Amino acid sequence: MPDPAKTPAVQLSNIRKSYGEHEVLHGVSLTANEGDVISILGSSGSGKSTLLRCINMLEVPNAGSVSIHGEAITLDQKPGQPPRARDMRQVNRLRAKAAMVFQSFNLWSHLTILENLIEAPVYVLKRDRKEAIAEAEALLARVGIAEKRHAYPAHLSGGQQQRAAIARALAMHPSVMLFDEPTSALDPELVGEVLKVMRDLAAEGRTMLIVTHEMGFARDVSTRTVFLHNGVIEEEGAPAEVFENPRSDRFRQFISRDH
Amino acid sequence: MVIDFPFLWESFTTLLNGVPLTLQLTALSVVTGAVLAVLLALMRVSNRWWLDLPAQAYIFVFRGTPLLVQIYIIYYGLSQFPELRHSILWPFLRQAYWCAALALALNTAAYSAEIIRGGLLSVPAGQIEAARATGMSGFLLMRRIIFPQALRQMLPGYSNEIILMVKSTALASTVTLMEVTGIAAKLISQSYRPIEVFICAGAIYLAINFIVVRAFAALEYALSPERRPAPASTADQPEKARA
Repeated sequence: MPDPAKTPAVQLSNIRKSYGEHEVLHGVSLTANEGDVISILGSSGSGKSTLLRCINMLEVPNAGSVSIHGEAITLDQKPGQPPRARDMRQVNRLRAKAAMVFQSFNLWSHLTILENLIEAPVYVLKRDRKEAIAEAEALLARVGIAEKRHAYPAHLSGGQQQRAAIARALAMHPSVMLFDEPTSALDPELVGEVLKVMRDLAAEGRTMLIVTHEMGFARDVSTRTVFLHNGVIEEEGAPAEVFENPRSDRFRQFISRDH
Repeated sequence: MVIDFPFLWESFTTLLNGVPLTLQLTALSVVTGAVLAVLLALMRVSNRWWLDLPAQAYIFVFRGTPLLVQIYIIYYGLSQFPELRHSILWPFLRQAYWCAALALALNTAAYSAEIIRGGLLSVPAGQIEAARATGMSGFLLMRRIIFPQALRQMLPGYSNEIILMVKSTALASTVTLMEVTGIAAKLISQSYRPIEVFICAGAIYLAINFIVVRAFAALEYALSPERRPAPASTADQPEKARA
């Protein structure tokens, strides 16, 4: 039995992903340990979102392996056939541990904010409904939208919707949180309120993988920065290091262009 | 021409006797048709060609041929097969009532399947993905996330289909059934006064469909709280003040 403290929260080994003839990830390896906050940077088309989505099998890699807390996801990767996960029950179990926050929030529009938060805890994790509601209300208070609990997603601003989506992810008691460009769909004045919530989560020591364009956030909050370019990792290291002394020219260009 | 009002009233009350049969045929075919339609729609969106193709073929045939032809084929045609005449279905299929109900159900299933499929496809992919990302899949995902949203989306189209079905039951009169139109035809052959009789028949269908339209409007309102303006959050204020 490996020491749980030393088992990586997420381990990606040599991930390859193609769409038809076009390969977007050319063998990417990435390890996230407990408490890591990894920001994944890169221009559009670099494969950063695809990499994140390979962790919870929203995209199934054509080659390579994915482990969550030491448990490898069993994959069928036969040449000439689309790759697929062999056991959906395993995938569902691991997905419940790795909560995801999406660029376009993806709150369920037919459910109130409170119902959005208790949906998966009650129906996937089979938690007690009353407890789930009590916890959901606390989470909504924490992200500052307690008064919106009976409103529908369409009645909330983008920033409020994304905070609700983060609360929905937290309601799963995730051991890893995946953020796919969480602020990219927001008006500039609403970005701050979402980043503040994420800063608090990072300060709690949560394991987070964040695909983002927010350079300042990546620099200040993450414990490690990964820069993806054309489907390979071009630069990787502590943010203080890589932002001060980038080894890769592409990353230097990237940060000077985006500040 | 002069309208004979006493005759008009007499026709109206006589035609009302056909209303229960009209409603029965509608209800029976809509309910069984809906069950079949859900199956067909799921086959269509299954992404498996061996399920999709038969459903497509079924829908093509039943939408592409006149309902009247379908009723005739079932009523006159099925009795030509001795195997069927000796089967346990024969006590049903020898009766015009069950033949008409079957034809109506099979027909509405084809149209409804496409309405349901449209509803299923209208659910935003991102919301389905968000549900998958929490570990939902299969029937649970369908029941909790996809179907409730698809249902709201398909209501306007489906109310259209029900209205068409109410009117389509008139074709059952061609296989001897005495629903509203059947009684109307009989009255006309006795009185030679088509105008009064058909005005009454039309008014009866109109009244039934008025109820259908209102019922669907109410259902749509009840099922779409998220499309109504945001409730004033005043209800939350006292609680907030206490906390």
